[in-house]
Order: sequence, then C-alpha cells, then structure tokens
Amino acid sequence: MSATSGGQTVSQQPEVWVTGIGLVSSLGEGVGAHWAALAEGGDGPNVDEQSFAPYPVHALGEIDFSSQIERKSDLRQMGQWQRTGVFAAGLALKDANLAGNPDLLGKTDLIVAAGNGERDETADAAVLRALDELGTFDAKAGSVLNGILQKSLRPTLYLGELSNLLAGNISITHGVAGSSRTYKGEEMAGVSAVEDAARRIGAGQGQLFLVGGAFNSERADLSVVFELCRALWHGPFASVWERAGADGGFIMGSLGAFLVLESDKHARARGKRPYAKISHIRSGSTGGPLRKDEASKGPDDLMGALTSELNGPVGLLSGASGVKPSTEDEQGWIEQLKNHGISSAIRAYGTMLGHSLEAHFPAGIALAALAVSKRKFYRPFDDTGYECVLPGKLDRTLVTGWGHWRGKGLALVESAGKQ
Amino acid sequence: MAKSLNDHKGRPVVVITGMGVITSLGRGNDDNWHAIINGKSGLHTITRFPTDGLRTTVAGTVDFMELESYSAPALSTAMALDTAQEALSQAGIGSEGRFPGPLFLATPPTELEWPQRRALFDGVNGQATDEGYQRLLKAARSGQFKNLFSEFQFASVAESLADELGTEGLPISLSTACASGATAIMLGVEAIRRGETDAALCVATDGSVHVESLIRFSLLSALSTYNEPPQRASRPFAKDRSGFVMAEGAGAFVLESYEAARARGAEILGVVRGCGERADEFHRTRTHPEGKPIVGAIQAALSDAGMEPNEIDYVNAHGTGTQENDKMEYLSLKTVMGDAVESTPISSNKSMIGHTLTAAGAIEAAFSLMSIRDGVLPPTMNYDIPDPDIPLDVVPNTCREAKVQNVLSNSFGFGGQNASLVLSGEPA
Repeated sequence: MSATSGGQTVSQQPEVWVTGIGLVSSLGEGVGAHWAALAEGGDGPNVDEQSFAPYPVHALGEIDFSSQIERKSDLRQMGQWQRTGVFAAGLALKDANLAGNPDLLGKTDLIVAAGNGERDETADAAVLRALDELGTFDAKAGSVLNGILQKSLRPTLYLGELSNLLAGNISITHGVAGSSRTYKGEEMAGVSAVEDAARRIGAGQGQLFLVGGAFNSERADLSVVFELCRALWHGPFASVWERAGADGGFIMGSLGAFLVLESDKHARARGKRPYAKISHIRSGSTGGPLRKDEASKGPDDLMGALTSELNGPVGLLSGASGVKPSTEDEQGWIEQLKNHGISSAIRAYGTMLGHSLEAHFPAGIALAALAVSKRKFYRPFDDTGYECVLPGKLDRTLVTGWGHWRGKGLALVESAGKQ
Repeated sequence: MAKSLNDHKGRPVVVITGMGVITSLGRGNDDNWHAIINGKSGLHTITRFPTDGLRTTVAGTVDFMELESYSAPALSTAMALDTAQEALSQAGIGSEGRFPGPLFLATPPTELEWPQRRALFDGVNGQATDEGYQRLLKAARSGQFKNLFSEFQFASVAESLADELGTEGLPISLSTACASGATAIMLGVEAIRRGETDAALCVATDGSVHVESLIRFSLLSALSTYNEPPQRASRPFAKDRSGFVMAEGAGAFVLESYEAARARGAEILGVVRGCGERADEFHRTRTHPEGKPIVGAIQAALSDAGMEPNEIDYVNAHGTGTQENDKMEYLSLKTVMGDAVESTPISSNKSMIGHTLTAAGAIEAAFSLMSIRDGVLPPTMNYDIPDPDIPLDVVPNTCREAKVQNVLSNSFGFGGQNASLVLSGEPA
C-alpha cells in the first residue's frame, strides 16, 4: 500500500487484516453459526447447569473433530482443549484459503494463547485415595506415590498437558511451520498473542499469522484453581452484567478461537479480502489484584488516541468476566468513554459464549471482525438494559479484555480493504 | 568512532548490558562461570522428594534458594527475581523498583502439585464421602484456601517480577518448551528493533523438578539412567549417552538498543546479532528426519544476523544427551555448515548443569557471552566414548582457550519449537 505525498510515493505502515476466522463453541462451529446465534437468532446461551453443579458451564456441543483432524492417532494424543483449538485453527486456515497450500502454511507464523493442559482426573482421584489410606504425607507416602504415578501416568498424555503442545499439534495436524510461540497468563495470554502478531505485521517483522487459543470448560482440574481464587459463579445461569451486579464470578465456556492475521499487502497479493482490520491494540498491567498504578495506562492511552477519531457510534464487544472488581473497573472505563462523547453499544460476549480465559480475547476480535464485515451488530445479550440496540450501520468495534484478576487489553477493529 | 548503531537491515542493533545466572552450580555469573570452565557438575542425587523405585534419581535441582516450602512457581519466582536483579545491577539501568522497559518471562508449567492436592483433599474434615476433584472443589469452596494458591495461576510469576522490578506495561509470560529461554530473548530483540522501547528485561526460569515431572519425562524414556555417580549422568554427544538430566535454574538479560546503551555509557557485554525460530510439523517429540525445522531455525538466525555459516566460531549446543537430539543437532549443523562443522568447536553446558528446560536457552546464552568475553570455551564433560556418527569437536572434558567473536546458541523443544540465536562481541 502506498500513498502520494508531496509528489513522492511513501509507503505506509502495513495494515493488520483479519482474513480468516475459526470459531467453535457451545453455539456451534463456524462464523455462520455464530452470526446466526448472536445477531439473528433469539435463543439464549447453551448452558449446562447440571453436570458440574454448582458451576454452570457453556459446554461444547457434539463436534465432529475428524473433519479438521483427519488422523485418528493425532486425535488420540490430544486433550479436549487441544482438539478444540486444533479444530478452530483448521477452520481459520480454511476460511483464509490457506488450508491445502503448503507453501503458505510453511511460512505461516503461529501464536497460541494457552493455559495448562488437561489432567487425567480418574488417575488423580485414585492417587488421592491411595495417599489418603496411608494417612500422613510422609516419606512412605512419597514412595507409594512414586509407585502409583509410574503406573497411572500415561506418557503420551503428558504431551497433552504441556501448554505449548496446542501449538505443536496445530503444526503437526495442519502443517503450519513458520515460527511458533505460546503465550501464557490467563486472559492476557490472548491479548499478548494478538498484540504480538499485530505489532510484528505493523513493523514488517512478519506477514502471515495464525493466532488464537482454546479453552475447555468441562474440567474439574481447572475449576479447582479458579475456585481457590473464588472466581467462579455458583448457581443458575446469569449474564455477565447480572453477575457483576451480584456477588460476581465467571461461568466457564468451552471455546476455540483462531484468526488469520495478515498484512494488507500480503492479502492483496493473493487476492484475499479481509473481514476487517485491527487498527489499534493496547495492553496494560494492572499490577497484582487490579491495583491501579502508573503501568496500568495501556487502554487509557488508547482512549486518548481514539477520542478524536471516534466521533460516531461504536460497537463495544466486552470481554468482561463478571468477576466483580475487574468488571466494575471496566464499567468505570466505559463510563469515561461516554464522558468523551463516544456512544457505544455494549455486548458482553461472555454472556453467550461463557468466559474462555486464554481464548477469550481472540474470540472477541473474531466476533468484532465478523460484525464489521456485515456492517451490523449483535443483538443485546441480556435484558438488564446495559446493552442497548445500536441503530444504523456500524463499521468499527472496540474489543475489551479485562482479565479476571490481572491485566487489560483493548483493540479497535475497523472495516478494511475498500477498493 | 564509526560504530554502526543499525544492523545490515537498518534495524537498531540490540546489545546486552546485564545478565544474571542461577544453576545447580550456584548463584551468580561469576560462580557459575568459574565452575563451568573448570568442568564442575551441579548434578546430584535428588533429595527434594523420595526417589524409591524410580529409574532416574539424579537431577540438577537448585536447593539453596531460601523458600518457605518448595513449589515449582515459588522456586521459579525466586530464581527469576534473583537473576533479574543481578542483570539489572550489572547493567546499572533504571532505578530502584523502576525498569524502563517491558518484561518477557519464560516460565515452566504451573499447576497444583501433589502436596497441595493432598492438602485440599484433607481440607474438608468429616466430609469424606466425596472423592477426587469433587472433594478438592468442596475444599476450595470452603474459602479456607483463598489466596493460598494464587501462585498457581500462570501469570503469577511474571506479576511478582513486574511488581518488584517495576517493568513497564503488561508483563509477558511465554513458553516454547525447551526453547523458551531463547524465545524470551527474541521477544526483547523484536520489541527494540520495532523501536517500541530502548530496553527490555528478558528472563527464563525453571524450578519444576518435582516427582510428577520427573516420572513423566522418565516414562517418555527421555532421562538418563546413569544415577551413580551423579556427575557422570549427562553425556552429550558421547556414544553411551542415555538421555537428559532434568535441572533447574534461571537466566536474565537486560537488552538495550546499542544507541541507548552507548548514550548512557553502559558496558556492552555482547550483541544479539540474529534470531531464528521454526516450528516442526513432523512429530511431537521426534524431529523431522532431515532436521528441516532445526536447519530452518539456524538458517533463519544466520540470515537475520546477515552472516554466513563460516563466520560462526563456536556453537553452544542444545546437546541434551538424548540419542535423538544430539544426532539430529549434528546432522542439521552439518547441513548448514558443511564440512566446517567438524572443525568448529561445539560444547554442551548440559553435561555439567543438566537440562534446565524452560531456562536453558537463556542460561546457555549467558555462558556463550562469557566465552566471547574471556576467550574460553567450556568443555563437554563425560565425553569418554566418541560417537562415530557424530564427528564433532566437542571440546572434550577440558575447557579451551579460543578467541571467539560469533557464537551460535541452539534451543529445541518438545512440541516442535526450535530457536537459535547468534550472539557476538561488540563490534570493533
């Protein structure tokens, strides 16, 4: 891309285009199913309140993973979160016309946001039972533990537990063989992943990226960790804003979300039209449990930069978790938007998809790009009145990603590729 | 003084102005380097947990950090902080509690360990009807364990460091398995090249030798079973190598743009000339039969550095001591360097410190820079039976004086993440 300035052609910074989306969740698979459920349909979210009571979860429906993961041996070696992610990655590659193109796949840089892999809950329960029968956790118990672990741990499943093996499985299954990075750190992993790709494209450090994450909500080994921090919502389903107005807490949602991000030049050269572009992205630290400090300015800086640009209505896809302090912090920030004259139609997409930690921000970018490409926005997801209807066309959407206990991210997704 | 502040691609040159190291050999750059060039081993019989019935009983655990009680995140945090402080002190940058740049931190897997699971299992007295995770959840719901386990969230290690050191922006946590240390450095290099910052703090830490991780690697047949004497357990490139030895440690670097470092009169410890990374699409634990991604990572690093293979004076090998790794590393180097590979010295620090996993790439980069500084190549210890299929000059068993300007440091991970760095002395 170039522009003419003073008679000279100067090259502009590359734009960060979204040219492929892969989504799989409790609402179904693919962009079509998600648009239908979130923009056109009127059905509520798909929530399972029984299986993991008192914790409701947005469980993944029946998915035929073999449509994206052909080899049974590959499927066997993956945990459910990996299957979900590899599946979504395959959808994104297909959507971007990269699937089946080894030349392009071989130079696609991969960035994954991942948490812990999955433990074998049955094996863990057996170990705990055996240890309990021994009484105190002493040297003898230690040696018994050695014996049980050597029998019950399955070596191949260890690979299912390593964070970076979602990336490894994507490379193996889909042939993505450029560089490979895995970010960790709950929600901020997803923010870092998208930000890394956007910055590298913007600086010419890369042209073509597959970026995203996956989360499996149907796992007690994970809910233990979140329950220890009292971050989970108990009881019947409630929307994000209802939860934040009550005791707070998030409802986990199974989700795979991957994006193909590409420089405008690279996409044009291969004739690929974008959904949208990511025109700004910022992240910030909140320092520990949402302590405000100097380093927390990320999104506020971005708002300063945007207030002059954003004079019309804007969509706002909020990644709020429903955990009280962080959701209230974000709501305070949204109030400031209003004070700056920016009217926004707010949608907490976690109400419909559940909260998906590492995968949550990439999913928000995917939904924003989809809406921008349709020039329409999603219907309100709850009836608290906080999510008002946005009249008219919409060509830009903010995506927020406040972590449930730390960090925040923000991106602006706008229409792109106008001829 | 016509030193170029930009590289062959017009990007800011990135230099290292501070570093810090912890391994099982000890704490700090000087103690570690002294031990390494004298061929000392930090490997020992494990005492952290009972090893009855285990095939491998040797590791390079770090047992001298003062912790209230061991957990992987607690030890990883302590070592990361210690090495970061050493690096900051050497660089003399920023002020107390304020570092003028971002943090890129490579961390090991973080999850509840058996002592914590057991404590939770015991946590609900008189309600033993539940089993397994239902019982753990009930204990968690009781609220008794609130705040006790915040360290088991991934971001906790990075958050602790960022809070303590006052780094800017969102602290970044990453993992590319055993290539993580190199990846952390790479992220810092990229940020400085983009002009986003003049400085970055890149740290890699791993304190994850606990019973379950040991057994898991053992079940993958990846670990050395030469338990006695422990210092002979790790035998990279030798014909009788039988696997790697798990180990702990941390490495930290202050990276700066050459321009900023010179402007403030900082001592330049070295230059990160080039970085390369490639994913393996072949297999989860085995490398491509022709070493394609390893070759790709090394070539990408050389190309990024604007260098030819024959400009590499010394290779700090990944050299884990598994049959597979050492053979594939040799074949890949041979593909890139041709016959010159047989006359280029290459040694594996892992023969003395074991495989520090997440931290390896950073720790070994630090030793690479010390080789450039002092003109000494650390030995590959326990090299008594050469492998005829790997005809390399591995600097066997005794260190060697050699003037080196450019070092290639390799890191390859399970899951197929491969990263290589080209580290050089300050331009003359």
